[in-house]
Amino acid sequence: MVDFAGYRMPIQYHSIRAEHMRVRTTVGVFDVSHMGEFFVTGEGREEFIDRMTVNDVKSMHAGQAQYSCMCMPDGGIVDDLLIYKFEDKFMIVVNAANTKKDWDWLFSHKPSTVEMKDRTDDYSLLAIQGREASAVINQIADSDVTSLRYYTFVDGKACDHPAIISRTGYTGEDGFELYLENEFAPDVWDAVMKAGKRYEIEPIGLGARDSLRLEMKMALYGNDIDGTTNPLEAGLGWITKLNKESDFVGKEQLLKIKEEGVTRRLAAIQLEDSGFPRPGYPILSETKGGEVIGKVTSGTVSPMLNKGIALGYVPVDLAKVGTKLAIDCRGKINAAEVIKPPFYIRPY
Amino acid sequence: MKIPTDLLYTKDHEWVRFNDGIATVGITDFAQGELGDVVFVQMPEIGSATSQGDAFGSIEAVKAVADLYAPVSGEVVEVNSTLEEKPETINSEPYQSGWIIKIKASNWEADKANLLDVAAYTDLTSA
Repeated sequence: MVDFAGYRMPIQYHSIRAEHMRVRTTVGVFDVSHMGEFFVTGEGREEFIDRMTVNDVKSMHAGQAQYSCMCMPDGGIVDDLLIYKFEDKFMIVVNAANTKKDWDWLFSHKPSTVEMKDRTDDYSLLAIQGREASAVINQIADSDVTSLRYYTFVDGKACDHPAIISRTGYTGEDGFELYLENEFAPDVWDAVMKAGKRYEIEPIGLGARDSLRLEMKMALYGNDIDGTTNPLEAGLGWITKLNKESDFVGKEQLLKIKEEGVTRRLAAIQLEDSGFPRPGYPILSETKGGEVIGKVTSGTVSPMLNKGIALGYVPVDLAKVGTKLAIDCRGKINAAEVIKPPFYIRPY
Repeated sequence: MKIPTDLLYTKDHEWVRFNDGIATVGITDFAQGELGDVVFVQMPEIGSATSQGDAFGSIEAVKAVADLYAPVSGEVVEVNSTLEEKPETINSEPYQSGWIIKIKASNWEADKANLLDVAAYTDLTSA
């Protein structure tokens, strides 16, 4: 168990690799209640969130979830987050370690007509992930949520308890996330474990959560993105709608960066053999060494590929797919190549 | 957590089984538990020299990397090639098929005095 943003959380329940493979082969369940939930209501809430985040909030319909991030005026990332649009409100889901920072940031920009409520301590979050997630959720939810499209949600019920159920996740698998008031979470957890029994469902710890997202090249705040990185170099250009109408925070600088061209990019790097790239290890310009051109921001040995995989910022001309590089793993120079992400694509 | 009574230990969580001048070396059940899934083991060349307390290799696990320290001085006479294909053997059988190297001890009696017996090692891991 480790302390994670004030929550006691297991790195693993029994084995990071076994838990990883469980999610990749059938289904696993994560208790990610540490994530922060803010509810935003009141007149002008949509304009407010559209101005605070880089993706296009105005294009959202009720029942839709959106991946986005908040930037500072200099383009640095405050946090990456999910936005849920309801008929009468928005829910913003933020990284646990950033809850206070994000709250202060949003609150300080909020117009007086908009109200914000931090419900982090009231809500639990369970993520059911894997190809059998539909079969499990079907036994829990009161309505057919398996017809939900990716990144949509319902304000429904699970085991007769109110639940926000979205088809989202951080693993690259099919899956659902259930937002529940704390008092209902143990009930639903037990029901999920029971419903998943025939698929050998297991609880999944933080370790496998990290390796699963890394195989998908999903960025982790604090490792791959932070206040010193901007979304354009981080591979988040696809959520950064520079042509949207609103003058969102950071837009001016990001437009300038785009015009001038980014100088580095977050590259997906795969080792040729079994080295274990860990955060901080130097990335080198040639397969046999060369000069240091960056450092690993996230790395592991992919359980699916059985090869070292890493993310790290490298100069743009060395970030192209196919570029041969190396990573210095504790003095051992491991030949590597920039690959087209993700490292793993699900077969269904 | 298993701590066999017939072995000697280091404070760095290696174990030693001594037989006919040969010290078989591995890591303890406690150590494998702390490291989590072992993904590979970097082992020395056969014939290389070890010196008590010096690093002879390393273990890469999902959670962390750990150096391996020689419990005795001598010469590496065998490495466990099973670990190249199945490093997870260290997790499943740390004291049997998960052994790492065999050392022909050159100074056993003196080295032995620096190793921990089961009682001392148990104290160390429960501290």
